[in-house]
Amino acid sequence: MATLAATPARAAKTASQTGDLIARLLALGFAALVLLIAVILVFALWNGSAPSRHSLGWSFLFSKNWDPVTEKFGALPFIYGTAMTSLLALLISVPLGVGAAVFLSELAPPRLSNALTFLIELLAAIPSVIYGLLAIFTLVPLMRRYIEPFLKGTLGFLPFFQGPALGVGVLTASMILAIMTFPFIISVSREALLAVPRDQREAALSLGATKWESTWDVVIPYARLGIFGSIFLGLARALGETMAVTMVIGNDPSIHASLLQPGYSIAAIIANEFTEATGAVYLGALVELGLVLFCLTIVINAVARLLIIATTRKGSGRP
Amino acid sequence: MKQLSLALAAVAAFAGVAPAQQLTGAGATFPAVIYQKWFDEYHKLHPGIQINYQSLGSGAGIQQLTAGTVDFGASDMPMTDEQISKLKVKALHFPTVLGAVVPTYNLPGVTQEIKFTPETLAGIFLGAIDKWNDKRLQADNPGAKLPNDNIIVVHRSDGSGTSFVWTDYLSKISPEWKSKVGASTSVSWPTGLGGKGNEGVAGTVKQTPNSIGYVELIYAVQNKMPYGPVKNSSGAFVKADLASVSEAAAGAARNMPADFRVSITNAPGKGAYPISSFTWLLVPTQIADANKDKVIKDFLQWMLTDGQKISPTLDFAPLPKEVVANETKQIAQIQ
Repeated sequence: MATLAATPARAAKTASQTGDLIARLLALGFAALVLLIAVILVFALWNGSAPSRHSLGWSFLFSKNWDPVTEKFGALPFIYGTAMTSLLALLISVPLGVGAAVFLSELAPPRLSNALTFLIELLAAIPSVIYGLLAIFTLVPLMRRYIEPFLKGTLGFLPFFQGPALGVGVLTASMILAIMTFPFIISVSREALLAVPRDQREAALSLGATKWESTWDVVIPYARLGIFGSIFLGLARALGETMAVTMVIGNDPSIHASLLQPGYSIAAIIANEFTEATGAVYLGALVELGLVLFCLTIVINAVARLLIIATTRKGSGRP
Repeated sequence: MKQLSLALAAVAAFAGVAPAQQLTGAGATFPAVIYQKWFDEYHKLHPGIQINYQSLGSGAGIQQLTAGTVDFGASDMPMTDEQISKLKVKALHFPTVLGAVVPTYNLPGVTQEIKFTPETLAGIFLGAIDKWNDKRLQADNPGAKLPNDNIIVVHRSDGSGTSFVWTDYLSKISPEWKSKVGASTSVSWPTGLGGKGNEGVAGTVKQTPNSIGYVELIYAVQNKMPYGPVKNSSGAFVKADLASVSEAAAGAARNMPADFRVSITNAPGKGAYPISSFTWLLVPTQIADANKDKVIKDFLQWMLTDGQKISPTLDFAPLPKEVVANETKQIAQIQ
């Protein structure tokens, strides 16, 4: 009698266990797929870049020369261009983006906040080639006529703002990247700020903090992981951005101290030269640039993460 | 896709023709417009035959031909010996149309057409001539009020047959260019800004005062961009148009090598425009599929006769008679 009663229960239990097991395996499979894709990607890049790795060796990373005719290739100007434009872009877009997110979540009336957020999310969905066209037709003339002459007039004694005002160049590329990363940073930061419990704000206010003090000292530190997450998203977009950058950076593989001068980014040269690259070493060098971009992304992300760990140590209470 | 193939099947059944014979080609972007037009016209004449063309770029065209993924390739520059050595099946070069590359500029306030010599063009693109009112430029353009401003050079940033023709010309007329830079679809430019595609160069030149760049003739004509005459090897200043480009080809046709791999930049001839070029179809000498073999031969025959008559309507210069005659003989080499 007792055994009979126990059987259905046990059957049910094993069924749910099998269900769990299947779900677990499936989830594991999906997670493994991500890893597998990354491994395949690295393998493909490593394999594809073999001709250039064998013929150029480590000098590829440190050479400034990019000459398809003599098949001498160096990645340094592209590494510089990619890192410089991305970092400059974040320098512009992070304060603006976080500021706008604070306004939307803390200060703006909800109706206005929702309307603006909708528009911002729309901006995030615009294809990058549209931003590139916007840059060519609007940003470049603005830069050439007003912003660059102004920078030369006021800060021209610094090496960063010298040379002719061309309109295109590293600074213009950074500006368009800033505009493109801006919606990501606002929309993700805003979500993070909205997720801060009301208690936190009320506690700060009840202790006599002003609105500003409660936002700056309590809400933002509480939401900082989300805000950092938004910056990573922006960084990822900036590092890999191709079309908009190639349209305004000037596509000149050299390193100038001046931000007004043309430069080149890794993604831009791959897009530009891949279709017509014929020699084995030439193709290999372009694939190797892809590998370099992959590594650069990992290094920059790791450095950014270390920075976060260093800053959160001294920060107030973890969420 | 399924609906499309069903529709195609229905059309085929209705018209009572044999199932479509499909051919695929890939390569050069510059002649893509006329190729599409030709394949379209040819399809109208032979509804059973569909030729698809992917304008991926000359380099990609050669690669796909080498890999055997397409029935024919197309390129804006002749294949190099190294590239030919990698082919499993030998390929023939068939010149199809002619193109030209023109120097286009943006000089606010200068209404006169600016003339260029080989020396000034090489000087500007090497960075040796960096002011518009340089003595050498002023000497060629006595009446023009050239500004005392820096010349901003604009070149293609993407690998391109246009760049190949341009740098091939500069290599022929300037020993310094040849040794320092050379000729290729992408080179290490001594100076200037890079724009992506014809539209990138055109956009940058249009927007940047005192700039100079180079674009395909068709592109300059269709977008009404100013371009100047260039001094040719006989010492005459010639502006690019269909006649002067065809004359450059005719001048070169007399010394045409048997395999049609020839550069016609700096060609002889009084009225010849010096920065002209053929563009080629690359067809394998052995085609296993008998049907495809027949179609390709027939298409080439049609392209060399009726096809050539369509070229000028799209601003492409047609081939000279001598070249057409030699190419017609070459068709027999396809087996």
